[in-house]
Amino acid sequence: MQIKPVLTALRRHKAGTVLVVLQIALTLAIVCNAMFILHARLSHLSEPTGVDEANLFVIANQWAGEQKSKQEIDAQVRADLIALQQLPGVLDAAPSNSYPLRGSGWDNFVGLKPDQLQPTSDAAVYLGDEHLLRALGVKLVAGRNFRADEIGTLGLREEVHPAQVIVTRALAERLYPHGSALGKPLYSMSATPSTIIGIVDRLQTQSVDDWQRAYAYQSMIWPLRLDWPSGLYYIVRARPGQLAAAMREAPKALLALDSQRIIDPSDGGSFAQIRQRAYDSDRGTAILMGIISAVLLVITAAGIVGLTSFWVGQRRKQIGVRRALGARQRDILSYFLTENLLISLGGVLLGVVLAVSMNVWLVVRMGAQPMSPLYLAAGVLLLLLLGQGAVLAPAMKASRVPPVEATRSV
Amino acid sequence: MFSYYLQLALRSLKRSPGLTVLMVLAIGFGVAASMTTYSVFRAVSGDPIPWKSSKLFVPQIDMWGPKGRSDNGEPPDAMDYADAMALQRAHRAKLQSAMYQVSPSVVPTGAGKHPINVSGHAVYSEFFPMVDAPFRYGSGWGDDADRQRAAVVVISSKLNEKLFGGANSVGRSVSIEGKDYRVVGVLDDWNPQPRFYDVVNTGGFSSGNEDVFLPFERAIDVGMPNDGNTNCSEIPAESGFVGLQHSSCVWLAYMVELDDAAAVSAYRQYLDGYARDQQQAGRFGWAPNNRLRSLPDWLDSEKVVPSDTKVSLLVALGLLIVCLVNTAGLLLAKFLRRSSEIGVRRALGAQRTAIYAQFLTEAGIIGLAGGVLGLLLTGVGVASVSWVLPKDIASLARLDAPLLVLTLLVATAATLLAGLYPTFRASRVQPAWQLKSN
Repeated sequence: MQIKPVLTALRRHKAGTVLVVLQIALTLAIVCNAMFILHARLSHLSEPTGVDEANLFVIANQWAGEQKSKQEIDAQVRADLIALQQLPGVLDAAPSNSYPLRGSGWDNFVGLKPDQLQPTSDAAVYLGDEHLLRALGVKLVAGRNFRADEIGTLGLREEVHPAQVIVTRALAERLYPHGSALGKPLYSMSATPSTIIGIVDRLQTQSVDDWQRAYAYQSMIWPLRLDWPSGLYYIVRARPGQLAAAMREAPKALLALDSQRIIDPSDGGSFAQIRQRAYDSDRGTAILMGIISAVLLVITAAGIVGLTSFWVGQRRKQIGVRRALGARQRDILSYFLTENLLISLGGVLLGVVLAVSMNVWLVVRMGAQPMSPLYLAAGVLLLLLLGQGAVLAPAMKASRVPPVEATRSV
Repeated sequence: MFSYYLQLALRSLKRSPGLTVLMVLAIGFGVAASMTTYSVFRAVSGDPIPWKSSKLFVPQIDMWGPKGRSDNGEPPDAMDYADAMALQRAHRAKLQSAMYQVSPSVVPTGAGKHPINVSGHAVYSEFFPMVDAPFRYGSGWGDDADRQRAAVVVISSKLNEKLFGGANSVGRSVSIEGKDYRVVGVLDDWNPQPRFYDVVNTGGFSSGNEDVFLPFERAIDVGMPNDGNTNCSEIPAESGFVGLQHSSCVWLAYMVELDDAAAVSAYRQYLDGYARDQQQAGRFGWAPNNRLRSLPDWLDSEKVVPSDTKVSLLVALGLLIVCLVNTAGLLLAKFLRRSSEIGVRRALGAQRTAIYAQFLTEAGIIGLAGGVLGLLLTGVGVASVSWVLPKDIASLARLDAPLLVLTLLVATAATLLAGLYPTFRASRVQPAWQLKSN
């Protein structure tokens, strides 16, 4: 197929060609960026927490009425835990200050020396007792769990720095990249060290915000029961298949023990609900980007179909002349396919430039991530295929123009 | 003449129904996507108190020094207790209030009622006139109640509904954290979004209620702990809520009202003077590094508008532009195909302006049809936005009269714009040339 006659013909449709090129370029730029955002959000969505999500639920327990003393609260927490653990549908239950994907929570700087100026890293702080690992369903990969006699208590804004701490593998590797962290100290905003006695496989942090990305999966567990006057969370793991029953029974059991409490329905809940809440905006953005990309591609394809149909209709006579002079149907078909390919190539070339500048702008102004060139390659391929697919029907119609058309006037 | 053009346009559109539908769909979708995302953007970027926002200011004091500053040298975005109290005592602004978020339990009267959890703020008396809080019954408390640490409370209309069935409850008492508080005021429906007076602790947009407002010093006295964020650059020396008050941890919001430029610069000088005094006293080992931002600047610096919303709006606007380019291309092809018709009309004496009028009418009809479709789709979009976006934000998006008008306007104006170049080309058709070629 010769390209020169195609180019000559396009020169007579300058404005139309420029508009299609522009449309393809803008489509490529927007779809690439939208797909990049969508994919980043979706991969975010499927990150595992490390806990037994299928059987886990969280009770947000707030104390009500006259403020209780720390001792009274501690006694109540212990009684609550025994009641929860004795429920038939419950495998284990533990107290905590928070849970993975809660949205926000306590985090502390950690370092390797007491007088370290720049902390080594940041880590989410989870409080719990010797039941917490089993209640969450996280896997201990090295060392040991807390013993019952190591569990302390934490009253309102008390500063307690535990002698033992369990960390996630991610945190252990950040602190001690060479060799095992087991038995080694860490300093968490204190002058006294905490010894790492156990390492768990994976336990996600409380926030899934962008700033947290650098500290993903860096969590530590402190052997403390939270006795704040405001309240605490009960992490409850149901026996397999009994989640719904356990979620029904647990609040009843707690309220029967002491009615001066509030179980917050907008916080905690089953882990499916927690996950839903945590990724609300990520899922929403992904859906929005998906819808916009789909609409964009459909409109661009339909636009190419419409415009090519017009051009075919306009050139019926010329096509007839070519056919009468011996051009085969195949030649007419490939003429229009080539024409579209040339226009699309121009479009994607401009589109790549636009897509990259749009991404750079998003990185600079909105703190987005730089886009991988794979998205550009995929986008270019997609639009070239889309163009060829869209032009196929009008081009087939053109190829069926009979040679006798040459002898008819318009 | 117009009705003639209308007839011509309708006939022309009918001649290629597929293309007409395509153009109307493109305009409709493009406009609907932009308008839906714009309705969300408008909701989150609006001024929560437009008549007064330029007079409200948020001071920031650099109590942590160089090691506690953010990467761009910003001091903390909240206050510690000592500095907030110093500003409150100095009372240099027209109105001012330190505040912190609380979430106490309230026990409804009547046997067997379960306690409920409410949230709200501990504030000074000047808070109410400063933020123009509307009252249904009663009013805020006076500054004497501040000083006497009186057990008084202002409640929301929602809590008033729950506790007193919506009756005028001024003078009645509410049990908060086991202690009785006398109701002095019931707010009207008041749900400013974002919660401009305390964006640090509420996160800006909040679907939660603001049920109670208590006198600040009363809340401190009874040890009602803060429910919002607490940030520390170093571990407090003492424990408990009192320890927090003695520490340099930041957990308080602060707002002042300053009515003119002179007051603003005077307050700025006061803040710097205060920081210098602290430096001389040895508490701060660094030069003053304060900020005094007006409310709009403050909301901007706190990035209250989620960047997702901005990106979505931009992407949707991009979609609209592509739809317009698409329409322009199709109109161009369509108009130029009728060159011979134009040639005949011109040869019979039609002016260029007549050609303009005829083709712009055609573009306008497509724009109007696209606008009507876009309106319907925008309605669907705004209704289903809560399914896609977080509820805090989605519930704010509304389809109201200005948005309706804007949708139609954008669709028609955009299509006319897209039709401008094709029409220009059509009007340039040389009649002689067209007649000859036939």
